[in-house]
Amino acid sequence: MINRIVVGAGYGLKDWIAQRATALVMAVYTLILLATLGALSPSSYEAWRAIFANGFMQFMTFLFFVSLFYHVWIGVRDIWMDYVKPDGLRLVLEIATIAALVGYAGWAAKILWRL
Amino acid sequence: MAEIAIKKKRPKNLDLPTIRLPLPGVLSILHRISGAVLFLLLPVLLWLFQQSLASPETYAAAKAVTGSFLVKLILLGLIWLYMHHFCAGIRYLLLDLHKGIDLQSARFSSKVVFAVSIALTLIVGAKVLL
Repeated sequence: MINRIVVGAGYGLKDWIAQRATALVMAVYTLILLATLGALSPSSYEAWRAIFANGFMQFMTFLFFVSLFYHVWIGVRDIWMDYVKPDGLRLVLEIATIAALVGYAGWAAKILWRL
Repeated sequence: MAEIAIKKKRPKNLDLPTIRLPLPGVLSILHRISGAVLFLLLPVLLWLFQQSLASPETYAAAKAVTGSFLVKLILLGLIWLYMHHFCAGIRYLLLDLHKGIDLQSARFSSKVVFAVSIALTLIVGAKVLL
């Protein structure tokens, strides 16, 4: 048996950092949104829409969604890797996950850009 | 070194129903479950978000859907899953920074996560759902 020592590449490090960076973005956004809802108490369609039509919030909300989908990709891929052992099935699930998340990103953009 | 450690036969106890998971373990598996459930419900949540913003009519329709007690209860559950994932995630970020990694602090911080996430759920739930 070849005693292979795996060193030198960032095996998984990029994803590990991305998972945490996206988490931070979402955590900050969560606090901003909660503070906004707490301060404005939107109770009508106009007030609710105005929150997300605001340029800053629109940017932040889109950033939140992109972070969310990237974060979800890493987390869900970890779940498939832990519990789904047949390679073919795992590949199908991973592709389905990516397809869904890319679709959601387009959907989120559509929701926000119409405001 | 690593090779030898892996080859060594270790006693295993993976009879899941007999393992009494300590609180940090419960926090950990709930972190995974909450993430998975929120992922599966993403299309529903995106749809609700879209309805709430598309027009005054769809806003009213979304409000009607979320007006029923059952839907409110489900949403409260989802807020809790989100808050648990949020608070447990912050705990993991601190653990990554080697803050509170000894057993006693780790157990204590898992209690804090449950307390804070439930408190946040009640506050946000009262604000958004009542």
